[in-house]
Amino acid sequence: MNKDSQGELWEVFVQKKAGQPFVHCGNLHAYDKEMALQNARDLYTRRGEGMSLWIVLSSSIVASSPEDAGSFFEPSNDKIYRHPTFYQIPDGIGHM
Amino acid sequence: METINLEDLFEAKLAKNEMIEPKDWMPENYRKHLIRQISQHAHSEIVGMLPEGNWITRAPSLRAKLILLAKVQDEGGHGLYLYTAAESLGITREEMLDALLTGKAKYSSIFNYPTLSWADVGAIGWLVDGAAIMNQVMLQRSSYGPYSRAMVRICKEESFHQRQGYEIMTQLSFGTSEQKEMAQDALNRWWYPTLMMFGPPDVESPNSENAIKWRIKRETNDQLRQRFINQTAIQVEYLGLVAPDKNLKWNEKKQGYDYSDPDWNEFKSVIKGNGICNKDRLLSRNNSHKNGEWVREAAIAFGKKQEQESKAA
Repeated sequence: MNKDSQGELWEVFVQKKAGQPFVHCGNLHAYDKEMALQNARDLYTRRGEGMSLWIVLSSSIVASSPEDAGSFFEPSNDKIYRHPTFYQIPDGIGHM
Repeated sequence: METINLEDLFEAKLAKNEMIEPKDWMPENYRKHLIRQISQHAHSEIVGMLPEGNWITRAPSLRAKLILLAKVQDEGGHGLYLYTAAESLGITREEMLDALLTGKAKYSSIFNYPTLSWADVGAIGWLVDGAAIMNQVMLQRSSYGPYSRAMVRICKEESFHQRQGYEIMTQLSFGTSEQKEMAQDALNRWWYPTLMMFGPPDVESPNSENAIKWRIKRETNDQLRQRFINQTAIQVEYLGLVAPDKNLKWNEKKQGYDYSDPDWNEFKSVIKGNGICNKDRLLSRNNSHKNGEWVREAAIAFGKKQEQESKAA
């Protein structure tokens, strides 16, 4: 069988309603952008799942690696002053 | 530095009910088991389009035809979700399709039975999709992330499949006496093959132990089969039909129905390729793949041309 018969792999992101974030919903094969968009519509939005689609070549995605998650995200753990609960707010000043 | 054993990490994730994702380390046998199970599942969706596709041009009304088209289109979509889930484990789409087309890969034995009448379309939706849903609801909690997420989407879409099947069975069962006979005949032929869909009995199931241990499956073949029968027996009764099993009766003590086992020799024989439609299904798949060759060639050429043009611009 032709080794290259299915086209490239693309990742699909759907926005359910205007204003909401785009959420990854899956992937598909297609030979070009236009076909990727049409395939995504047919495959992932047959029941009104979205109003807008983003399609990205899988090979273009830059991802962190799960094995390094510990050291990679560690620097944020000791900065508790980034959270609002770190601060003491006096009584009687209303909502802040 | 402390060395971390990858296998311990993997086991710890399973124990905490966390999901395994494509880039996580996993034992080779876990990967192999998943590739086999997910690709077989994908093949089943694709081959499963054939018995129902047989009735699209002969559906008894425009409404019925539209519904059946939508259902068959869904099955194609489910195949695609599953193929990409399997691809995330390092197998290519071409390799999987090749295995299907050469007959190396297996798919659910149920699709090697013929659809002889319109009632069969009803029985497939009601029984075959019903059994598939029972299995797939469990697989939504499977330990492999992409498989689990594909199952969540599939289950959302499948429930209409079962209901449209039962609607057809209801129309026929409460119709003329000939229609009721058609419905009974379909039930007679699809009952046992449907029970086979859950796989061999637990004591003879070679792949079950690992699947449970790795939380790929959460329940055993026999547990799912029993639940399906408990649920379906009432639906048979409502239709005024009779399941082709004299031993089917409620057992108060076990709070479930007693039932007769399907003929497991038939099951093995169909899996080996000796079912009524095995050859026909494989031939149909091969023909449509061959007939689509020029489309794929044209699409690849067009895609390459566009790529060159966008580089030149």
